[in-house]
Amino acid sequence: MTTLTTSNPPVTDNYLNHTKGIKSWLFTLDHKRIGVMYLVCVLLAFLLAGVFAMLIRFQLLTPEGTFMTQDQYNQAFTVHGAIMVFLVIIPAVPAALGNFVLPIMLGAKDVAFPKLNLFSWWLWIFGLVFFLIALGSGGIDTGWTFYTPYSIDKASSMGGVIPALIGAFILGFSSIFTGMNFIVTIHRLRPKGMTWFRMPLFLWATYATAIIQVLATPVIGITLLLLVVERTVGIGIFDPAMGGDPVLYQHFFWFYSHPAVYIMILPAMGVVSELISVHSHRHIFGYKFIAYSSIAIAMFGFLVWGHHMFTSGQSALMNIIFSLITFSVSIPSAVKIFNWLATLYKGSISLNTPMIYGLSFIFIFSIGGLTGLHLATLATDVHLHDSYFVVAHFHYVMMGSALIGFLGGIHHWWPKMTGKMYHENWGRFSAILVFIGFNVTFFSQFMMGSKGMPRRYATYTEMPEFQVYHIWSTAGSVILALGFVICAIYLIQSIFNGKKAPANPWGGRSLEWQCPSPPPWDNFAEQPEVGDCYDYSVLEWNEDEQGYVWKKDAVHPGE
Amino acid sequence: MSNTDSTHHEDQVGHIVPVKFLVFICCILLFLTAVTVWVSRYDFTEINIAEMGIILALAVAIVKATFVGLYFMHLRWDRPFVGFIFVGSILFVVLFIGIALTDTMEYQPSIIKGDTPKVTEAMDKLRH
Repeated sequence: MTTLTTSNPPVTDNYLNHTKGIKSWLFTLDHKRIGVMYLVCVLLAFLLAGVFAMLIRFQLLTPEGTFMTQDQYNQAFTVHGAIMVFLVIIPAVPAALGNFVLPIMLGAKDVAFPKLNLFSWWLWIFGLVFFLIALGSGGIDTGWTFYTPYSIDKASSMGGVIPALIGAFILGFSSIFTGMNFIVTIHRLRPKGMTWFRMPLFLWATYATAIIQVLATPVIGITLLLLVVERTVGIGIFDPAMGGDPVLYQHFFWFYSHPAVYIMILPAMGVVSELISVHSHRHIFGYKFIAYSSIAIAMFGFLVWGHHMFTSGQSALMNIIFSLITFSVSIPSAVKIFNWLATLYKGSISLNTPMIYGLSFIFIFSIGGLTGLHLATLATDVHLHDSYFVVAHFHYVMMGSALIGFLGGIHHWWPKMTGKMYHENWGRFSAILVFIGFNVTFFSQFMMGSKGMPRRYATYTEMPEFQVYHIWSTAGSVILALGFVICAIYLIQSIFNGKKAPANPWGGRSLEWQCPSPPPWDNFAEQPEVGDCYDYSVLEWNEDEQGYVWKKDAVHPGE
Repeated sequence: MSNTDSTHHEDQVGHIVPVKFLVFICCILLFLTAVTVWVSRYDFTEINIAEMGIILALAVAIVKATFVGLYFMHLRWDRPFVGFIFVGSILFVVLFIGIALTDTMEYQPSIIKGDTPKVTEAMDKLRH
């Protein structure tokens, strides 16, 4: 019989100390190290883009603007958006957490193509370098969407457009390779007993995300390449002056970029499925429905891109079709929300830091999702388009949901990744600050947007009545930033002074909690046996371990 | 532990196709290329169907792509699931191109050719 251990054996060798030196990290093929490298890089990019976010908020404190010219403001929101989307939110959960957790959760030694995995990370680095070149070569002020004809007009748009396009192109390949790796890993490296419906829901979500990454990302790659060709060679593809069609650019762009929203949100939903179930110590409600809803969201996500183009000159026929299909996405999304709520019902809820992030996600995503209905409705979208209502909506989905899911995941798997526990009370305090700060920042934007405050304005001297909302929004952003700073401090502090983490601090049942913290180089000493990953009845708290262990009389899988 | 124990991870030797057969398929593809060239030179306006050249060229291209998929990419002998993925991907491209072009055709009548007088006036002012 294979014995499943949930206690920490005296492990000295783990993935952190197995080999030493900077080269052993930069050229590692170990999925855990690659995941950690992604995590560090993504968080640094988040810091950079966050600084630009704060600059934007302080600029808007007064109607006349405080310190930026209009051109500088355009650059600030472009850089903020482009870095947040391409370098932070898209790779955050799949590449950083997914790389670390996916193979262990699956019961595999590594991903299917470890070298390709490392190559993906290096592509991310090259993508970042091109974005930095864009910043240093005149900047970029087109907005993160690179809309034509502005982005191909050399007279008005700035010199950093081509490096930024190349950067986004390279980052696209990084994303495709990660997605391909995960699809093959899930298909080919499942151990005995790990059937599709025994997989943790995070893996279902990552799988659905990978399908989108592989199918949609090539389209943005080609689109950006066409834009580079148009700008350099002067072939008329999107420029009406040369016989091109700018609306076609929007079709191409949103064919990727709407599914990209699901690349951001689906893995975060997978994280939340784990958080809600583990921290309420209750079997996930409606497992198959949540699993299928991930696939349904991925599929529907491909059919709704035109709702970004209702006011672009898109035909009335397409507007109606896209509006109708957009409403259908709410069904699988609501399936998840209701199942999470049903999981919480009568659960033994531990309000740990990851759980606070999980509950925040449900609250914020519900608002983000419901306000999406206003924008899917043709009549109201015409009024709300290009207003702060849209800005608030997509921040509720992309930042409030995707990034909060990411933060929840970091806190959930931090003990596993580092082998150290962070200070729980500081974690809770920080999570609550993030929740309050986020809502103050962006709910005020819903209010000003619905009253008509347009987005992308560096000043609003003609509309001073909006100042009060901007002051609230800026105040909220300061609270939010404070929450992030506190979070960074206690996480870094835990690496040096944190308590040693047990193998299973939260009482999780999926396979990553069956290996020591931090995991050994090969993940498992012997192949783990797979059971119901949401059956917590076999675990009990052990005071000596300060973690969960198997009950003495519990039946092990396979017995 | 080892993943090679897994039932999902069989060691497979790829299907081997005789070289003669591949050369035969290659010859068919070359012949079809010649057909495409011939079609491009033939003036179909003589039979009052000007678009016939494009239709035939595309039909030949589809037949050629099918041969490449079936024999050079081994779909003929692979698991049906791989064929499903291949056909699904093509349908996916058709969906993308189809919707984008349908929209382009739909809004053509509403396009105002050239600039309106007000825009022209404003642009002139900017230029000077």
